[in-house]
Amino acid sequence: MSAKPFAAVAPEQYEAAHVHQVYQQIASHFSATRFKPWPIVDRFLREMPTGSVGLDIGCGNGKYLNVNPNIYMVGSDRSSNLVQIAYDRKLIHDSFVADALDLPHPTGRFDFAISIAVIHHFSSPERRVASIKSIISALKPGPTGQGGKALIYVWALEQNNSRRGWDEGHSQDVFVPWVLSKQYIKAGSESVKKDSTLDAEANEEGKPQAKEVTYQRYYHLYRKGELEADVAAAGGYVLESGYEKDNWWVICGIVG
Amino acid sequence: MKVLTTNYITCAVKACKSSSAAFPLHFKDAELVQEELELNSDFIRNVLPRIEWPALVTTAVELGFTTLPSTKPAPEQLDEKMLQDLHTLLVETQVTEGKLVCGNCGHEYNIHQGIANFLLPNHLGINLPTPFV
Repeated sequence: MSAKPFAAVAPEQYEAAHVHQVYQQIASHFSATRFKPWPIVDRFLREMPTGSVGLDIGCGNGKYLNVNPNIYMVGSDRSSNLVQIAYDRKLIHDSFVADALDLPHPTGRFDFAISIAVIHHFSSPERRVASIKSIISALKPGPTGQGGKALIYVWALEQNNSRRGWDEGHSQDVFVPWVLSKQYIKAGSESVKKDSTLDAEANEEGKPQAKEVTYQRYYHLYRKGELEADVAAAGGYVLESGYEKDNWWVICGIVG
Repeated sequence: MKVLTTNYITCAVKACKSSSAAFPLHFKDAELVQEELELNSDFIRNVLPRIEWPALVTTAVELGFTTLPSTKPAPEQLDEKMLQDLHTLLVETQVTEGKLVCGNCGHEYNIHQGIANFLLPNHLGINLPTPFV
């Protein structure tokens, strides 16, 4: 499904309806499907020297917060329901609720940051660049090899091997369904389902007990080279970049 | 919210980031719990050089820890007791309820059931009060 992020509504409100409220509703189900760290992220975290302090922007259920017990990670997410799950796991690290564009962190103090499958949820080019700027400005500044490093993952437009079938030429702004299974539907979510701003629909309208509910999440699918260009626009430099399983990733820093 | 985290937190309002009055945020009505965790001495030794010490002393005093030295301990001063004390303060001590207050704009961030919320009024769809416009 193609999404129209540049309609009359402001991007903040658009994301509130098509990203934030959706993750609040699907948090438990989403978390249950997110437990295995991706290999490149896992390696990035394990290679950090003992005593390193870093950020996980959009930490979700906190699955990356306990990869390396010799570093300290501060995770944040826009969804309080996901942060609650991360917090309840009693990790040695910490997590709280924050917006990636207004992070409560001092500039220039962190050894590293990760932001995995997060900034593709921002619905305008300006906000995507601003989110990268927000992340890299928290890093210790310095040229290659001397400053802090951020690892950023986004969904790729080029994923013709996936079941979704997007590829070059397809619209980059899409809705991606999340089918919430019956056991995760909370009492009282009926009112949300009927909220016209949410694009959520029951499979069978009017039935007293919903079988499942489909939510639509907004994504901006990155095309080849776009993530590197956004890092440059944010004032950063690229150390490494690549493609892995339907995602573009970049390791970047900031001279300061 | 752990004490080590507060050494890496300032006000989320952009205009406050350059103000020294915004760091550290100040605790108000803080309730604490201690959660026992295994001491990782190498971690404490290596995280110490990264800590903003005067800010940590301020935070510690606000939370009732008044025995922290006024200057950062040198590596050779890190005996077993000092390592354990720092471990207790930095990673075992958690603020479960209370507020973090910005010394520059006065904004108060809530901590409830251990989780701090740094969303600003504009994230919540509320019109901006004066300090935020």
